[in-house]
Amino acid sequence: MSTPAEEVKAIAKKKKKVPFDYSPYIRGGKLPHIWCPGCGHGIVLKSLLRAVHASGLNQDDVAMVSGIGCSSRTPGYVDFNTLHTLHGRALTFATGLKLANPRLKVLVITGDGDALAIGGNHFIHACRRNLDLTILVYNNNIYGMTSGQSSPTTPQGKISTTGRHGSVDPVFDTCKLAQAAGATFVARGTAYHFQELEKIIFDAFMHKGTSVVDILDACPTYYGRFNKYASATDMMEQIEKDGTVSVKQAEKLSPEELQDKLLRGILHKAERPEYLEEYNKLVTSLQTKK
Amino acid sequence: MAVAEKEKRVFRIEIDPRLCKACVICVDFCPTDVLTIDGATAAVKNLAACNGCQLCDNRCPDFAIQVFEE
Ligand SMILES: Cc1ncc(C[n+]2csc(CCOP(=O)(O)OP(=O)(O)O)c2C)c(N)n1
Ligand code: SF4
Repeated sequence: MSTPAEEVKAIAKKKKKVPFDYSPYIRGGKLPHIWCPGCGHGIVLKSLLRAVHASGLNQDDVAMVSGIGCSSRTPGYVDFNTLHTLHGRALTFATGLKLANPRLKVLVITGDGDALAIGGNHFIHACRRNLDLTILVYNNNIYGMTSGQSSPTTPQGKISTTGRHGSVDPVFDTCKLAQAAGATFVARGTAYHFQELEKIIFDAFMHKGTSVVDILDACPTYYGRFNKYASATDMMEQIEKDGTVSVKQAEKLSPEELQDKLLRGILHKAERPEYLEEYNKLVTSLQTKK
Repeated sequence: MAVAEKEKRVFRIEIDPRLCKACVICVDFCPTDVLTIDGATAAVKNLAACNGCQLCDNRCPDFAIQVFEE
């Protein structure tokens, strides 16, 4: 006769593999989405939905706010409270929303152009305040929606609509910028490392304060075609797999080996008073003042 | 006594042709070459080779493919 422990093991072994069910999180009838074949935005969205599921958050307690761009179309597809706002202004709307209704878990979905070009000013000031927002930057190194102009993360030498002979401008490192501006959780993930990305987004949700996740993503239609990547797969492998190393792997590598590589994982985590708490303290102190 | 034959796991792959955009990601990432592109959608060409890893599902940007264990 088998012991209870053996029985549990046997049941676990027999358990059928079932895929993750995204349907409760997707608005009925909204798929297919508008993203091009092979666009990384869909892969990132799936990691995000699994992270929301793992966090146990109630869908009605989540608000997703975005600006403008292909990435910013995300809220249209998901069954949360959603807000599709103005180009570069997702963080201003998100700030107002969080202050008005602190019960909401506010996720901000933005592109590299939306967050760091037109929205750059709002980005640094959101990081400075440390309001409890989770900011996910879908970083595909280009303006996708408006057909491939250079963004602040287009690498030097790479081709774009506005840089036909190779971009000359130095780039912003989203993570360094966020950390310098004061964000208390800064991480990088990629569409290629989908499981790792799910965990990073989960940790970003759990963090109290401004969390920023730079997500290396791929726009095969513009960045890929201009820069002669053979396919969406080829792009993901070159940019995200070969172009990055995890924080753990990096410990074993020399500075030469780390050159030209971006770090993946949680890059910065700090404790600092959260904005709403400080704000409420001030209000209380003023109200009790004689 | 004969060694018990390792139980063969059987999988079922569902592809939604309305969602699939034939981007080829699932075909490229499948480690056992189960999938192919047939016209405008992905298709199963060798189900017996499927090991249930679900890499095709996890990397499909279009919510179009799912792998179930029978
Ligand atoms: C005020 C304003 N200026 C310009 C535009 C045009 N516009 C729409 S999307 C976009 C760029 C979006 O790029 P990014 O944020 O990188 O997102 P992606 O499309 O690559 O996901 C621009 C410039 C606009 N909609 N509003
Ligand atoms: S243009 Fe680029 S970013 Fe926009 S949907 Fe197409 S592949 Fe994705």
